[in-house]
Amino acid sequence: MAEAVVADRHAPGAARAHQFDDAEQQRDAVTMGMWVFLVTEIMFFGGLFASYVVYRALYPAAFAVASQALDIKLGTLNTAVLLVSSFTMVIAVFGSQTGRRRPLVIGLALTITLGLVFLAIKFYEYYQKYVEHHIPGPSFTFPEPYTQPAKMYFTLYFAMTGLHAAHMIVGCGLLTVLIVMAWRGRFTPDYHSPVEISGLYWHFVDIIWIFLYPLLYLIGRHLE
Amino acid sequence: MPEHIVPIKTYTIVLVALLVLTATTCAVSFIDMGKMNAVVAVAIAFAKASLVALIFMHLRYSRRLMWVVAAAGLFWLGILIALTMGDYLTRGWQ
Repeated sequence: MAEAVVADRHAPGAARAHQFDDAEQQRDAVTMGMWVFLVTEIMFFGGLFASYVVYRALYPAAFAVASQALDIKLGTLNTAVLLVSSFTMVIAVFGSQTGRRRPLVIGLALTITLGLVFLAIKFYEYYQKYVEHHIPGPSFTFPEPYTQPAKMYFTLYFAMTGLHAAHMIVGCGLLTVLIVMAWRGRFTPDYHSPVEISGLYWHFVDIIWIFLYPLLYLIGRHLE
Repeated sequence: MPEHIVPIKTYTIVLVALLVLTATTCAVSFIDMGKMNAVVAVAIAFAKASLVALIFMHLRYSRRLMWVVAAAGLFWLGILIALTMGDYLTRGWQ
C-alpha cells in the first residue's frame, strides 16, 4: 500500500498523499501549514523587534547616532539585492506552476546566487564593524556619552541581522535541494508545493529585512 | 481553491514599485521631519511588506483563511509590543 502511494505521488494528475481528497485540498493544507509556521517566525523575530522598540524609546539619541556608523550604501544595495531575489523566486514558482523547467531552474539558481551576494555583503559589513571595534564585547569602543546605549544598539543590530542571515543560509540550503529536485523533473503543474512554500519562506525573510533596513540603517540620517 | 497563476508582468511591476519605495525611504530619511521620520519609514516598510505578501506570496489570491492566519501573526505581535510599551512608557507616571 505504502509503495503504491509513493508511486502515485509522482504520477501525472495524481500528485497527492492518500489522506487528501484531491490535489487542491492538499495544496491548501500545505500552504496553510507554511503560513502557520511563518506566524511562529513572526513571534520569533517579534521578541527582538519588541526589544528594539523598548531600547530605542529609552535611548533615541544614542540609537540615531549609533545607526550613522552603519554603511547606508551597502545596506541599501543589500535591500535591492534581496528584493530582486524575491522577484527571481516568483519566476521560479511561475515556472513550476506552468511546467516549464527552464525558468524554474534558472529562477532558483539566480535566487541562490543573489542570496549569497547578500550574505557576502553582510559579512563584509560585519568585518567593518569588527575593524571599527563596534562589536559588543571587551574591545567595544564608541564615543561618550553614548557608549553604553550604543552597545545595546549594536547588540540588537548583530542579533537581528544575525538571525536574519541564519534564515538566509537555511533558505539557500532549501533552494539547493529544490534545484536538484527540479533538475530531476520532480515538479509538475499538479505537484510543486515544495517550490511554492519555499518561496513563501524566502519572501518572509525578505519582509523581515524590509523592516530591519529602515529600523537599523535610516534612523539617524537626518541628523548627519 | 484553484491555483491562480500571476503573470510575469504583474511581478515585474511589483519589483519596480518595491525598488522605487526603497529609494524613496532612503532619500526621505535624510530630510529632518522630527518624529515624522520614523512614521514615514515604518509606513513605507509596511507598504513594501504588503506588496510582497499580497502579490509575491499570493495572499491576494488565497483563501480568506490564509488572511486570518497572517493577520493573527500581526495581531499577536501588536499585543507583544503594545503591552510591553504600555509598561515602559508609563513608568514615570505618578
